[in-house]
Amino acid sequence: MTDFLQLLISGLATGAIYALAAIGFTLLWQTSQTINFAQGEFVMVPAFLALIAMRWFGVPFVPSLLLAILGSMLLLGVAFRYVIVGPLIRRGVLPLVISTIALSILLKESVKDFYSAEAQTFPTLLPDTLITVAGVSVSLAQLGVLAVALVTIVLLQWFLAGTRTGRQMQATAQNPTVARILGVPVERMILYTFLINAALAAMASLLVSPIYLAKFSNGETLGLIAFVAAIVGGFNQVRGAIAGGLLIGVLDNLAAAYVSTAYRQAIPLILLVLVILFRPQGLLGRKEERAV
Amino acid sequence: MSTRTSLLVGLALLVLLALVPVDLSDIGVPYPGLRRYGTYILTLWLVTAIAAMGVNLIVGYAGQETLAQAAFVGIGAYLTAIVTKAGMPFGVAFAASGLLTFAIGIALGFPALRVQKHYLAFVTLAFSVLCWLVFRNEEWITGGVMGIRDIERPSFLGWPLRNHVRFYWFVLGIASIMTFVLWWIVRSPWGRAFTALRENPLRAESLGIDVRLYTLLAFALGCAYGGMAGSLYAPLVEFIDPSPFALGPSLLFMLMVVIGGSGTFLGPFVGAGIAVLLPEWLRAWETWYLLIYAVLVMVMMAFFPGGMVGLATRLLTRKARL
Amino acid sequence: MLRKTLAVAGLAIGGLWAPAGFAQDIVIPNIIELSGGGATVGAMWKNGSSMAVEEINASGGILGKKIKLEFIDTASDPGKARAAMQRALDDKPIAIFGPIYSGSVSATLKLTADAEVPQVMGGEAGPLTAQGSKYIFRTSFGQNVSMPKIANYLRDGVKAKTVAVVYVNNDFGKGGRDAITKELAARDIKVVADISTEAGQADFAADVIKLKGANADAIFVYLNEEESARFLREAKKQGLNKPLIGETTLLGQKVIELAGDAANGVKGHVGLTVDAPVPAIQEFGKKYEAKYKSKPDHNGVKGYIAPYMIKAAAEKAGKLDAKAIAAALHGMTITPDKVPGILIEATWDDKGEIDRISFLGEVKDGKQVITETLPKLNK
Repeated sequence: MTDFLQLLISGLATGAIYALAAIGFTLLWQTSQTINFAQGEFVMVPAFLALIAMRWFGVPFVPSLLLAILGSMLLLGVAFRYVIVGPLIRRGVLPLVISTIALSILLKESVKDFYSAEAQTFPTLLPDTLITVAGVSVSLAQLGVLAVALVTIVLLQWFLAGTRTGRQMQATAQNPTVARILGVPVERMILYTFLINAALAAMASLLVSPIYLAKFSNGETLGLIAFVAAIVGGFNQVRGAIAGGLLIGVLDNLAAAYVSTAYRQAIPLILLVLVILFRPQGLLGRKEERAV
Repeated sequence: MSTRTSLLVGLALLVLLALVPVDLSDIGVPYPGLRRYGTYILTLWLVTAIAAMGVNLIVGYAGQETLAQAAFVGIGAYLTAIVTKAGMPFGVAFAASGLLTFAIGIALGFPALRVQKHYLAFVTLAFSVLCWLVFRNEEWITGGVMGIRDIERPSFLGWPLRNHVRFYWFVLGIASIMTFVLWWIVRSPWGRAFTALRENPLRAESLGIDVRLYTLLAFALGCAYGGMAGSLYAPLVEFIDPSPFALGPSLLFMLMVVIGGSGTFLGPFVGAGIAVLLPEWLRAWETWYLLIYAVLVMVMMAFFPGGMVGLATRLLTRKARL
Repeated sequence: MLRKTLAVAGLAIGGLWAPAGFAQDIVIPNIIELSGGGATVGAMWKNGSSMAVEEINASGGILGKKIKLEFIDTASDPGKARAAMQRALDDKPIAIFGPIYSGSVSATLKLTADAEVPQVMGGEAGPLTAQGSKYIFRTSFGQNVSMPKIANYLRDGVKAKTVAVVYVNNDFGKGGRDAITKELAARDIKVVADISTEAGQADFAADVIKLKGANADAIFVYLNEEESARFLREAKKQGLNKPLIGETTLLGQKVIELAGDAANGVKGHVGLTVDAPVPAIQEFGKKYEAKYKSKPDHNGVKGYIAPYMIKAAAEKAGKLDAKAIAAALHGMTITPDKVPGILIEATWDDKGEIDRISFLGEVKDGKQVITETLPKLNK
């Protein structure tokens, strides 16, 4: 039982990171039909922005984190929106998919060639103090990840459902044409989703790097899992992405402990296939009513 | 271009390609031919192009996405390595590779095509990673992470293909047959149905084309091209391990076809050329190669979504008009 | 259509004429992991070998000729490594350096054997030297040498009756796991848990829980650098209090830097380290750090000694000939008083296996401390 709880807590902490990446993923899909194959790299890059600020320019730690968030919103939000997605948005899904695959290679190689091929330690806001309750030990850093992720998610939900801008964004997501007729500034709403995605990715990056180190190749697995989490949870629902992320985080740990470490990666993928075949709208998604 | 000219051009190209690695200085042509490595790369280009043709059929003609072509190449390669090492002839291995990957294609495509668009892509993504895990972990049959060494090159009608130029000719022969078959399919009523499908799926359906069946067959055939490419890959490299069959290489196959020009007949050859031959050109920039490639893809997508072949056609027709 | 086709074909074929070789200098191709999973390892090797070649050239080269290194990326992919090897061998070099990943070495060693060119490589898998190639040379212990040392240490030093093995599922980790399992069985030590992990794995919570459940006397950890660090952090977090034993990597500088406090208390065998109590090696470490702004690990040392091996062998053979160099290296002992760049006296046997002193050590207060020097095997 202690083992199980330990696995559950660790899984939730990792899952919260997946959830942050998966939310952005679904937001982009909803508002602009962008399947972002570079999502994992979006979570890898911000930590390096912070490292560049700290090590190359000697900026103190906390301002570096803020700079990293700001930098990713500019680079992975605004620039991504206008330089890469902009010219392709009307050409359909495939060219955009190809372009984001290329982007993921570009980001990975840039970090490797211009910063370092080696894993980097990343300073943490929260001390590594251990809290042990009934044999289950959790580090403060891990609890911090979970807390920050949950708060972010609650705030985001509140923003989407409780504010005017948020509701306009949801309207854009559901049907851009109708939203435009109703006077929603669709273009601006799309930009907002890109900014939110970049900010969420930056949060995930700054939370995960102190625990698991920063490395140029970190996005590979993360991107794949965010993708799987988004589809499993429900591609058209923010809360689906959250559930998907947490579920896969826990499932991965349980599979490694109780099924097989060699095939742990297989479990989320088998779940993915089952969901596609039997509940294509995702576990928490609603059926999409879209023509062709 | 008429069918006859197309065939003649194809034949001329074939002869030209067959002569590329050969030293012609003995017969008075000042051309030294290619060395071992050049021939190897040229053969690799052909093998890659076969798999890319399969992707082109799926992406460019049937309008689906596949993220598992490298996995299918892997299935073909492993099957061939295992079967030929057990002493069976290469021909059996080649046919088995094609059939098995075709069957897997049907099994994956049939349920996935019932659900939404793009969901086939997600299923292939999962399949790709699962295959990779099996290649890595089932050591008793795949050799695990250590791979399978010393895969013999076959003989063809008693003619050993150990020599690199002979093996190149053998692959060239198979590649041209497979190219011809695809060319014929694309021009057949069946292939025209694809074109109709791509241009207007709703109309195609109303004309009585069973969209799902055609898409499924195209997908499975595309997978089989991957499997047969793999069957040639194993004896070419003479060594296989899981890394070239992972998810990353599958994504690169997609890039290759789109960069070459998806839905165009020559696209896969150009795309495979860019992926296999271009790094040879850019040797001085080895470290930057992937960076340059990625930027190139993004620029192409933004400005010339028709790929290299689309771009070339546009440039040439414009010139012709002048 | 016709013009288009021809243009395309011309473009494709044009690419295959490789540029002409360098007329004067001796070119030694390095076929190493510059991208992909082994990028870190390849970068170290590249720096090390570049540094050695600069020194050699500054002091007159090999037999009066300057050396030039050519770096070819394998992308950590054995298939690509094989292609790169064919390309390099077409130019008939006097030697080849690399690859470092055992899978890539395994895929290429037959080519160098056929071409009769010495291949100085960094792979550590046991079987590499057991395939009858007369042209393969190690720069570090193979697992067939290091694992018996570890197994002895587990039996005599740790006095373990049961051992849990956690390894990374790649050619390096799997090879090591197979070798240690065999050695432990020969010493009547039971393997009570056998845990495979992925390269690039981030979360080791489940693996550590399994290890706790196994309750072994000692845990043998055989992972790459970052994964070692992540594992050690998780082990510390969950209070895993069994002796953690490793081979070279686990006690390496990179792991200590990445794992911080969690690395303290780790023990094991170290084949090659810049912290060795050997002045020449420490000197090398300082030079490297000054030049590349990072501390070298054993792969840096491996890359560094490779050019010196060729220099010493070529000078012994008296000519720059691939076959003669390989023959000279077999059974050769290179000592630092004659060739300072070799750092530690080393001997190569007729299979290309290396023999030299090695160390037992542990990590104390964030530093690797060598506790014992193990002598050469055949001395």
